[in-house]
Amino acid sequence: MTALRRHTVLLALCVAALFMVVPFLIVAVNAVKSPAEYAQDGPLSLPDGLYLDGLKDFWQRVDYSHKLINSVLISGSVAVGAVLLSVLNAYAIGIGRIRGRTWVLAFFVLANMLPQEALVYPVYYLSKQAGLYDTRLSVIIVFTVIQAAFGTYLLSSVLGRFPREILEAARIDGAGRWQVLWRIVVPVSRPTLGVLLVFFFVWTWNEFLLPLVMLISNDNQTVSVALGVLQGQRLMDATMTNAAALLGVLPALVFFLVFQRTLTRGIAVGAVK
Amino acid sequence: MTVRGPRDSYALFLLPGALAFLAVVIVPFLMNTALGFTDWQGVGRPEWSGLDNYRELAHDSAFWASFRHSLFMVVAMAAIPTALGLVLAAALFDYIGTHVGSRVAAILRACFYLPQVLPVAVAGIVWSWILAPDDGTLNALLKAIGLGAWQQDWLGDPDLALSTVMAVLVWVQLGFPLVVFMAGLARIDPHLHEAAELDGAGWWRRFRHITLPQLRPETYVVLTWCTIAALKVFGAVYVLTKGGPGGATDVPSYFSFTTFFEKTQVGYGAAVSTVLTVIILALAVLGLKLQSRAEDL
Repeated sequence: MTALRRHTVLLALCVAALFMVVPFLIVAVNAVKSPAEYAQDGPLSLPDGLYLDGLKDFWQRVDYSHKLINSVLISGSVAVGAVLLSVLNAYAIGIGRIRGRTWVLAFFVLANMLPQEALVYPVYYLSKQAGLYDTRLSVIIVFTVIQAAFGTYLLSSVLGRFPREILEAARIDGAGRWQVLWRIVVPVSRPTLGVLLVFFFVWTWNEFLLPLVMLISNDNQTVSVALGVLQGQRLMDATMTNAAALLGVLPALVFFLVFQRTLTRGIAVGAVK
Repeated sequence: MTVRGPRDSYALFLLPGALAFLAVVIVPFLMNTALGFTDWQGVGRPEWSGLDNYRELAHDSAFWASFRHSLFMVVAMAAIPTALGLVLAAALFDYIGTHVGSRVAAILRACFYLPQVLPVAVAGIVWSWILAPDDGTLNALLKAIGLGAWQQDWLGDPDLALSTVMAVLVWVQLGFPLVVFMAGLARIDPHLHEAAELDGAGWWRRFRHITLPQLRPETYVVLTWCTIAALKVFGAVYVLTKGGPGGATDVPSYFSFTTFFEKTQVGYGAAVSTVLTVIILALAVLGLKLQSRAEDL
């Protein structure tokens, strides 16, 4: 291949990649401009200095630390709960090979693809009846189950290929099913469980429809819902919008940098088993 | 029976999952389906109305428009990202990965994937500000480079809003197919490419005759998942346009949301979401079938 052609391709790809990240850069640049500077120079100029009052104002106005805590609490509980539930389900399906497992698995796959619109009103209604409406617990319960549908599907096929000799050896040593699960299957499958944990956390963090419906009071809202509602009200000026966007992007960016490998590897695992 | 006995006791491990799914998925889903045959405003007793909701749907132009927009979403979130993702993944893998360095390829891949980890609400805030008519970055940029005549009210013009939302969704979605295809390319035997290259096949021919057929299982997976995601799209529409202007970007999920919670026509909303569910599940079954056939080849 000629060097010229190679460089053209490289250049084209770099331009395309730049286009993908440019919105983030513009937001970061404008979030540190003062309203006066923004009004005068517009969105395209580089900032004169670091103006952090916009970020601080926004943080206090929406009580952002509280929203972060809510998001971490909800996403963290869902991630742990959904992995546990997936492990139990997948142990029965992948290793226990229960009767009718194909149908059980098909059920989980379809449950995973069900649009949330088909659940949202009854879930809203039932949680009101149960006194769980507008609590973080209600969202945790619902997403633990929804995420576990995907987890069960993925983990069942992984555990279906679990080396039988190891299980046999443990059984001969007198280990019961419960012990085999916790002492052998879970430790050996730790990489896959880690991928699932990260995925469930990020997915739940990004969820919008159900939290929007279920968490109406300010005290319970997640980052996604708080920002989405604020945007929907169209009350923010340019500086505040950028502060909101930057503060919304930052956690995602942190997850991305920390978990980049897990995420990209995980997608490949999940897509084609 | 002796063989079956101990085996089935594994079913106990399925018990917590089964109960949880009953409460959170099965019961609500059945309730929603049943509500689709009733007339209910969310208070009092739902009144049985048979197929009335579905008859009304058949004549509701707003409902049909939302489904037509869904097809555009499929183009934006499935067709375009899959096609672009294939070409980009192959270019990244063949050219950059082998000739420039795998680190550069990984960094570029990360750039493309970044929008995928962003909450859609945040993506909506970013883009609606960039696309704002008065002080938006895009219009400011067009003016700065002397193309002021091209300035538009990107999200507020009924003729333009749908295309703009589509463009944002391409940006959001592209990373997913790209990453899946790059993982798939690593699986292809490099000898296939070497042999073809020795036979004088250029990049484009190798792409068509080796890469595409080898990536068929991944392609089905990506198309299935992206199509379903496109039919479900809600957050992006909520934050970018709220279905507007004048319903120009309304989609079934947003349509059912407003019917449920703003118009409180619960029975009608349930019917809308049931139609959406039937379409999605049919596509899911079809996708899974194609996928398993492709993997068997």
